[in-house]
Amino acid sequence: MRRVVVTGLGVVSPLGCGVETNWRRLAAGEHGFRRIDMFEVNDLACQIAAVVPRGDGANGTFNPDDWFDPKEQRKVDDFIIYGVCAATQALKDANWTADTPEKQETTGVLIGSGIGGLGGIYETSVTLLEKGPRRVSPFFVSGRIINLVAGYVSILHGLKGPNHAVVTACATGTHAIGDAARIIAMGDADVMVAGGAESPVNRIGVAGFAACRALTTGFNDRPEAASRPYDRNRDGFVLGEGAGCVVLEDYEHARARGAKIYAELIGYGMSGDAYHITAPTPDGDGAYRCMKMALKRSNTSVSDIDYVNAHGTSTPLGDEIELRAVERLLGNAGANLSMSSTKSAIGHLLGAAGAVEAVYTILAMTHGVAPPTRNLDNPSVETAIDLVPHHARTREINLALSNSFGFGGTNASLLFRKPS
Amino acid sequence: MSDVAERVKKIVIEHLGVEPEKVVTNANFIDDLGADSLDTVELVMAFEEEFGVEIPDDAAEKIATFGDAVDFLVKAQAA
Repeated sequence: MRRVVVTGLGVVSPLGCGVETNWRRLAAGEHGFRRIDMFEVNDLACQIAAVVPRGDGANGTFNPDDWFDPKEQRKVDDFIIYGVCAATQALKDANWTADTPEKQETTGVLIGSGIGGLGGIYETSVTLLEKGPRRVSPFFVSGRIINLVAGYVSILHGLKGPNHAVVTACATGTHAIGDAARIIAMGDADVMVAGGAESPVNRIGVAGFAACRALTTGFNDRPEAASRPYDRNRDGFVLGEGAGCVVLEDYEHARARGAKIYAELIGYGMSGDAYHITAPTPDGDGAYRCMKMALKRSNTSVSDIDYVNAHGTSTPLGDEIELRAVERLLGNAGANLSMSSTKSAIGHLLGAAGAVEAVYTILAMTHGVAPPTRNLDNPSVETAIDLVPHHARTREINLALSNSFGFGGTNASLLFRKPS
Repeated sequence: MSDVAERVKKIVIEHLGVEPEKVVTNANFIDDLGADSLDTVELVMAFEEEFGVEIPDDAAEKIATFGDAVDFLVKAQAA
């Protein structure tokens, strides 16, 4: 199997648009939470979200016109625009243009989403009910379905290799990167743009996640304090939106063209809980086996792991179960580990979460800084693991794991190594 | 330009993102204004919505240019 490296990064998140803005704000302990003012929330249990800051594109704001033809924007839900934005950034960062037929055919796209165009499905349902089928847009389907992120990216950048999409709830972004790496490892593509995109911050999205008791409800007047992984007072996650993408590349291919190599993806683990539709197994066995599998072919030891970017959504149940699974995996080596949840800064981006967090994990290695777990005032359990409360920690990070766990009991982990 | 033509022109500019001066009588939606077949379906829906008329599929197929659209809608309004 061929070695796979990361040569490009792209992100648009509640912290802003672009890798530099995201990292600067993340490392500084800033956040992207606010009260929802885009739609009626008075009757919703959760009234806050993490929202992409829009603007003219300056100072790290997101201007959709910079990334997506303005006249095309109304045909698609935001997750597609976010995905195209992150993918375009990543390709540019990798300095990779598919400008020959051969490059086109060996460059693929694998970008997923947890839900896809939820907002547009809701709005079109209302149109159908109120005005009838003749008013349903011819772009209703193409602007809502999940694989159209990969579709648009391929069309805009002329990428004719494997074109695929993953749907595994909150593990989507992680699975997408792992699966894309396999496609390169097997020799079916030399370059893959991989990641996840999501735009769930709408009335039906908040209502749905609130109904299954996943969202925070006790911090509507303090949005900045609502996402508090591992903290005693956490009471659910905060919905977020955005997209993350990486350019993955065959190691020899990257080396031959002198590409900047951020990291090598040396492990990919997957598992199923076979337990419950939304709750993780109480003993964290699914998470444990997933991380274990990520180490399987990596020729590394668990004690070499320096940093874990946790799934850590800030739900009462999930955070501790993941923490116990990591403790079980590392044993005494946990004392040397830093593990943080960047969801404390950007909320839960569902299908985009794993991809954005993979970008953050790689940046943590590049900069030698573990980003903080915001709002961790009083950990709900004791642990020898450094949960990086409040402030970023400067430390060597050569081996890092990024975890994602999704509804349905689907788990995925990526193991990255810093290039020597 | 008639009131109908002005309203049709506004819809065409909005939906296809074209310069106003390109929207002339014989401008073909697909060949001259960059629409694809789905864009034309949506344009016809927008005309129906704006003018409160129903444009059957066989009539919609004959609306290829800005002038075709204006002619059809002027007649439909008179009917």
